[in-house]
Amino acid sequence: MEDKQQWPLYEVFVRARGGLDHKHVGSLHAADARMALDHARDLYTRRLEGVSIWVVPSKAIAASDPTETDSFFEPAKDKIYRHPTFYEIPDEVKTL
Amino acid sequence: MSASIHNVDAQALFRYVLRLGDLSLVLGQRLGEWVGHSPALEEDLGLANIALDLIGQARLLLTYAGEVEGRGRDEDKLAFLREQGAYFNPILAEQPNGDFGHTIVRQVLIDAFQLELYERLTGSLDERLASIAAKSVKEVRYHLRYSAGWLVRLGDGTPESRARVQTALDLLWPYTVELFAEDDLDRMMAEGGIAPRLPEVQSAWSARIEAILTEATLRRPADRPHTWHGKRGQHSEHLGYILAEMQYLQRTYPDARW
Repeated sequence: MEDKQQWPLYEVFVRARGGLDHKHVGSLHAADARMALDHARDLYTRRLEGVSIWVVPSKAIAASDPTETDSFFEPAKDKIYRHPTFYEIPDEVKTL
Repeated sequence: MSASIHNVDAQALFRYVLRLGDLSLVLGQRLGEWVGHSPALEEDLGLANIALDLIGQARLLLTYAGEVEGRGRDEDKLAFLREQGAYFNPILAEQPNGDFGHTIVRQVLIDAFQLELYERLTGSLDERLASIAAKSVKEVRYHLRYSAGWLVRLGDGTPESRARVQTALDLLWPYTVELFAEDDLDRMMAEGGIAPRLPEVQSAWSARIEAILTEATLRRPADRPHTWHGKRGQHSEHLGYILAEMQYLQRTYPDARW
């Protein structure tokens, strides 16, 4: 149900610098997307934290259900072959 | 000190720079009154951010004014130890906050003025003023984005919000006359290449405001002749209260630091 007494919630994502991805930094209340961007700028980038901001209405985010954690994530546990840990890494490769 | 001020009288330049600095200082102090009282935590921070930008501009401008004057007064002396009659801000800046919509209307009117003014001051022959303007114009561009966004939201909002901002606009509009009332000092600065011509600033301001008011579905009040002399030190009753609060500490405990 929509609460008329309070502005809707937005999730804020900030890109720290060019080349990096946008990271979730928090949330805020705003009446519309433009206001959400203004608020995000004032709340989350006042100490030079970023060069780009995304705001997303929180209600637009579909989240996994915490009670389903077992069925969602447990089945991946015993499938170690999905991790590429069986390869020989050449010495010349510094970062992988 | 910049070499370009030789073509105008130092005392005149001092007064002109104070006009700019006092506008930012007084408006910044006014906005500071909202801290802890805004309609939402997010707006508290938004208004405080703008206030801090304005105080920052005032510091640069008052510091420069003190150097131009050459009598050893720094930003603090000028901010905290000047009498009301030696403040040269247009009186729109000192008008009370009223409700949030009222504050927003005042902010839009001044933000648009500062934006047009600073954009042109970046080309000033006075290099110091040009560099202060170049820094400030970025801040002011955001201030107007914030305030105009709110004015559109409120004007094109509910009947209640619309009525409130229209009332504020009707009340504050007459004070905008002073922003563009060109006196000898303004003309001297324009002729010396220090500052833009105010009629030019006015027409750009007017077009900008027109667009914002149209989007906000607000009625532009009629222009009527008014004579205000805040820029010459004749203020409304409100400035005295602002200064009393702002200057209290320095006057009670001279040179106190923290």
